[in-house]
Amino acid sequence: MSDFTSGFWPIYISVLTLVSIVGTWVFLKSQTTRRFAPGEKAELMEHTWDGDLQDLNNPLPRWWLGLFYGTMIFGLGYLALWPGLGNFAGLLGWTSRGEYEAEVKAAEAKFQPLYAGFMKQDIATVAADPNARAIGKHLFLTYCSQCHGSDATGAKGFPNLTDNDWLYGGDPDTIQATIANGRNAAMPAWGPILGAEKVKQVANYVLSLSGRKHDATLAAAGKAVFAENCAACHMPDGTGMKALGAPNLTDKVWLYGGSEATIIETISKGRNGVMPALTQTLGTTSNKEAKLHLLAAYVYGLSQKQ
Amino acid sequence: MISHESIEKNLGLLIVLTILIVSVGGLVQIVPLFFQTSTTTPVVGLKPYTALQLAGRDIYIREGCVGCHSQMIRPFRAETERYGHYSVAGEYVYDRPFLWGSKRTGPDLARVGGRYSNDWHVAHLMNPRDVVPESIMPAYPWLDRPLHDPGIQAKMRTLDIVGHGYTEQEIAEAPAALQGKTEMDAVIAYLQVLGTHAPKN
Repeated sequence: MSDFTSGFWPIYISVLTLVSIVGTWVFLKSQTTRRFAPGEKAELMEHTWDGDLQDLNNPLPRWWLGLFYGTMIFGLGYLALWPGLGNFAGLLGWTSRGEYEAEVKAAEAKFQPLYAGFMKQDIATVAADPNARAIGKHLFLTYCSQCHGSDATGAKGFPNLTDNDWLYGGDPDTIQATIANGRNAAMPAWGPILGAEKVKQVANYVLSLSGRKHDATLAAAGKAVFAENCAACHMPDGTGMKALGAPNLTDKVWLYGGSEATIIETISKGRNGVMPALTQTLGTTSNKEAKLHLLAAYVYGLSQKQ
Repeated sequence: MISHESIEKNLGLLIVLTILIVSVGGLVQIVPLFFQTSTTTPVVGLKPYTALQLAGRDIYIREGCVGCHSQMIRPFRAETERYGHYSVAGEYVYDRPFLWGSKRTGPDLARVGGRYSNDWHVAHLMNPRDVVPESIMPAYPWLDRPLHDPGIQAKMRTLDIVGHGYTEQEIAEAPAALQGKTEMDAVIAYLQVLGTHAPKN
């Protein structure tokens, strides 16, 4: 790109480039020993080293000289066709940006009809189409697998997408919104507010909700603590609230782990799981919407098999 | 015109002529870049690294991340589809030295900012296989130790000389900004800002 701060620089570049090429040409020409006439012998240089080591002033091999001139001719041809001489854009008008845009355009022309077909169908229909799922799987591996795993079963802190248990909702539109805009979970740290004893009580109550091994006395004490502090998001019966992404505590799915120690850690320190918004990440081409559509369909389809 | 014999016998002249020829490349291709708006003007919104990001960047350099991760997205569709908009010169104005790299054993990181959550980065740096079972990246568990960077103010002052424009207040507050942080916090702060000012479309 030629956006120099002053008009001096394009001239500086052009002059220096051309002078160096022409100068090299002239210099090479002036230093070349003329070709011999038939029968003429190479002149003996004056110096003699190591007693008898002498030097003949032979002309350079012509093929070798030809490489020098060839390089310079190539250079001049290059400068005429491609950008190189200051502001001169070159006869071909080539730019790296132009080449990129042509590549994108060609790909769009190729894929757009395919994508347009999927865009006309709703996500649930697309999710059932094996071709769409094949594309969706590639998109998933590129954009989602780093957190959710290549088999989509997640990891500690990163939800399993195949179990039909949803924090924010598993209908197609919600999945699409989650992918596009991301999610920010905000479970506050209750440790400083409740104190260690109450945290232990409420943790045991939470364990009791899903029928896990717990201390009944502590759980009974924790019930009131839960009603007062946790029910606002996790609901009084502990089944959670999808609008806030507050998990259901009565099932067997644990994002961070369901042991007493982990539950105590979760309550004490809070959890702030973040799903990043993928709007920018999904590439920069006009296929972005279609990619979002196919990706939402793939994720939706993951838990629809059963 | 001087003969090649006199050049060969006159070492001083040979050196001068060699330097002259060799320097043309640099004079034509490097020097004008310092006078080009697109290479010297930061992209919209780009700020010099904060104290914590700067400390993280130095850890990134120390751990040799650049050996496996490039920070330069080329203008090819295969790259922009995966990473986002191709890189432009104005994104690197405050990168001294730049960390473009030349080898991608791991993915390019020029657009990694905001792509993963902080929790993901912690899990991933502690042991990449916890979140990406196929990963061949080494684990960096030792980063979970207190950040010790007594040279932070000197670094900021040095970068000021070449035009980063840190204010006296920013420099004065730098040690406090690093207080209580771990090396991992610093690296993540650095990673999370990479590419956040990339051109959007």
